[in-house]
Amino acid sequence: MSAVSETHDNHHHDHAGHGYGDNSKLYIHIFRDDLGSKVGMWLFLFTEVLLFGGLFFLYFGYRVADPQAFHDAALNLDVMLGAVNTIVLLTSSLTMVLAIVAIQRDSVKLSLFYLAVTIACALTFLVNKYFEWSAKIHHGIYPGSDHVAEMPQGEISFFGLYYLMTGLHTFHVIVGAIIIAVCMVFIVKKHINKDKYIILENSGLYWHLVDLIWIFLFPLFYLLH
Amino acid sequence: MSDVSIDINKSSREIQEENHNKGEYTTFYDVKTKYKGILSWLLTTDHKRIGLMYLYSLMGFFLVGLTLAFLMRFEMLTPGPTIMDAQEYNSAFTLHGVIMVFLFIIPGIPAVFGNFIMPMQLGAEDVSFPRLNLMSYHLYLIGGFMALGSLIFGGTAIDTGWTFYVPYSLRTGADVILPLMAAFILGFSSILTGLNFVVTMHRMKVKGMGMFDMPLFSWGLYATAWIQVIATPVIGITIVLVVLERAFNFGIFDPALGGDPVLMQHLFWIYSHPAVYIMILPAFGVMSDVIATFSRRQIYGYKAMAISMMAIVFVGYMVWAHHMFTSGMSDFARAMFSFFTFLVGVPTGVKIFNWLATLWRGSIKITVPMFFSLASIFLFSIGGLTGLVLGALSTDVHLHDTYFVVAHFHYVILGGILTMFFAAFHYWFPKMFGRMYNQKVAMFGAIMYFIGVNVLYFPMFIMGYQGMPRRYYDYLPEFQIYHVISTVGSWILITAILTMIINLFYAIKNGRVEKGNYWEAMTMEWEDSPSPPPLLNFEKTPVFRHGPYDYPDFSDEKIEEAK
Amino acid sequence: MSNHAELHEEEHHEEHPGYGFYTAIWIGLIALTGLTVAIAGVDMGMYTVPLALLIACIKSMLVLNYFMHVKFDNILVKVFAAGCGVIIALVIIFLGFDVFIGGS
Repeated sequence: MSAVSETHDNHHHDHAGHGYGDNSKLYIHIFRDDLGSKVGMWLFLFTEVLLFGGLFFLYFGYRVADPQAFHDAALNLDVMLGAVNTIVLLTSSLTMVLAIVAIQRDSVKLSLFYLAVTIACALTFLVNKYFEWSAKIHHGIYPGSDHVAEMPQGEISFFGLYYLMTGLHTFHVIVGAIIIAVCMVFIVKKHINKDKYIILENSGLYWHLVDLIWIFLFPLFYLLH
Repeated sequence: MSDVSIDINKSSREIQEENHNKGEYTTFYDVKTKYKGILSWLLTTDHKRIGLMYLYSLMGFFLVGLTLAFLMRFEMLTPGPTIMDAQEYNSAFTLHGVIMVFLFIIPGIPAVFGNFIMPMQLGAEDVSFPRLNLMSYHLYLIGGFMALGSLIFGGTAIDTGWTFYVPYSLRTGADVILPLMAAFILGFSSILTGLNFVVTMHRMKVKGMGMFDMPLFSWGLYATAWIQVIATPVIGITIVLVVLERAFNFGIFDPALGGDPVLMQHLFWIYSHPAVYIMILPAFGVMSDVIATFSRRQIYGYKAMAISMMAIVFVGYMVWAHHMFTSGMSDFARAMFSFFTFLVGVPTGVKIFNWLATLWRGSIKITVPMFFSLASIFLFSIGGLTGLVLGALSTDVHLHDTYFVVAHFHYVILGGILTMFFAAFHYWFPKMFGRMYNQKVAMFGAIMYFIGVNVLYFPMFIMGYQGMPRRYYDYLPEFQIYHVISTVGSWILITAILTMIINLFYAIKNGRVEKGNYWEAMTMEWEDSPSPPPLLNFEKTPVFRHGPYDYPDFSDEKIEEAK
Repeated sequence: MSNHAELHEEEHHEEHPGYGFYTAIWIGLIALTGLTVAIAGVDMGMYTVPLALLIACIKSMLVLNYFMHVKFDNILVKVFAAGCGVIIALVIIFLGFDVFIGGS
């Protein structure tokens, strides 16, 4: 939170900027509440955590029911690919936070550079995932395939969860990359600047959450040997 | 409602203050906006207009659900087919459940009265994220029309019951995907409302007002908003998984592929039990405000009331599996969940006692909202106490999936929540529209409603106890007498509801004009703002002067007089 | 906006950490990743899973506290984040009543 952030204060009305969407000309009604936006973002992140939480609950249930099947099925996953993706995501988290530091210090170009690196990391992650999944699908391991249907039931659950959890996570990576790209546009257009960077901070929170979930997915799926 | 000319270069606050000095103001209905006509409603970010749009849409969906209920009850008048066949009956009770739960009672009080009243109770001009608020309404509309669409265009309408348990929901030929996606979108809408309210109540309170200075209606919404945020995502993922399982055979829930249907039930109830508290907590809030206003007393044990709501949130989150006592859980889990179920009774009991203690020595005035509140304490107590009968393991085995459960649930929902929805409607009606309804007709409707609920649902306790299973299309002749009484009760209830709704909607345009603090309440939305409110809710930025229920203490005076 | 300076006293916190500080956290995270991969190769019987999860928890605490700034944030954010963690933990424990102690 910077020095310009506003605490809640009903008296304060800026006569510039956007206000009520439906009457922006007539009724200018704006006050900034950066802490409020941030708390809102955190609440949204909790809903995301609980969305994944449902899948983690299922993982917990099925793994306790048949640990051996999970162990056997996990042998099909490539630890190296998983580890590389972990490092890629951790690095992207670092560059994300550095981009915020840069914008706080008014280094616009440096900030843009760090965000570009973050997106590059996201793309690397996706390419990596593409190779990982296409290898699996090539071996006939995908939901509903005949090969999977012949497996022991615990392993079917494992691969079901594997595709669902990493799939949902990958979806979040794609969304996060798009959000970061939008942030870059905002920085170029000076909507995000030294005094007003709550959008970048909130996008950063989202991106770190994507990282956070992967930190748990990695040992739960790849490190069962 | 004067039409004031507007200078384009002035801020709304300047205009309002000028008009105030002239002794007049522009209500939010008459204010000129960027968009004209219907768009000035559909694209508004004003929390009051959004609240009213929710009101009209909710009432529309409610009438659809009510029609389905009427048809179902009519079908049960005689054994065997009466007006529909078995498949239609399955679809009717499913759609009745889906529409009433997801489209009416869950958004219910928070979306309508929460949106309209809560920011005013805090002395705020709007919610924290007005545009998110509008988006939440749009999602609600989309979800609503998808649910209705499946009723009209979906071929065989969904017949799984609103619980859509696997494996039946994976195998049925009926249209499952569209209504489930509707429920997913409605969940999103609910999350956004909850998120918005939590932030609003932390960040938008007028200067000087602390968390424990908020009216209890706002506290009820705060507790509700937390459940919306922490529980709704779980139903979201459950719905997605059922849809994916149906489409691609992931092997997550399908027992043929090693899935565990009991885990699906766990996930479903992790949301759907707290959802009951999403429905009831705002009702508790309305009850507290109404009882304090019409007893002219400080609510008894204000802090205990606020804290007990939060206690209900967190204990209530941990009792979901009491819906699954006969699903084959472990005995230890059944015992634990039964124990916690009884524990929820404690904060709920605190609330009931505190309301009664507030009435004690109060200067009670029986108005329509007050009548509803008193009726609600009675009906909700029946619903709540029979809930304990179902929460006990041994009795639940006997009563599970019988009409006893149906009666318990509807005593809670209609007795506890719908009554308070109508109480809130009658209580804040003069605030929202600046007009007054016919109180005699409303009181007649309210009394009919009370009779109707009891005649409709009490026989269900008896036939449920005797073994009449729920969701059955047909029944043995020995149950017919109860079904007949119950169906007659449904006619009384529906007549009462229609009477009240027509009375209220007639008064929106034709009621007597009432501009001020009609009930002489002490909360900010009544005291500091005219009715109907101006665009920014208050003519001047309000000042926090006293707690929400600082009524002069009549009881002491009376004691003195008596001496 | 300067006239509101006195209002944000409560939201002030110590200076933002710099580039070097975050890079150090990142090195720690990479090291922990290496550790968890290395440990996974060693057979430690029943301790393997708890150990992997413990390392994951340490890593997530680092990300939460520093990258996501919780350590420096308003008390509201801290309480919310802790509450969310508690709820997930409780649900898993309660689910465990059924899942672990299989009766049927």
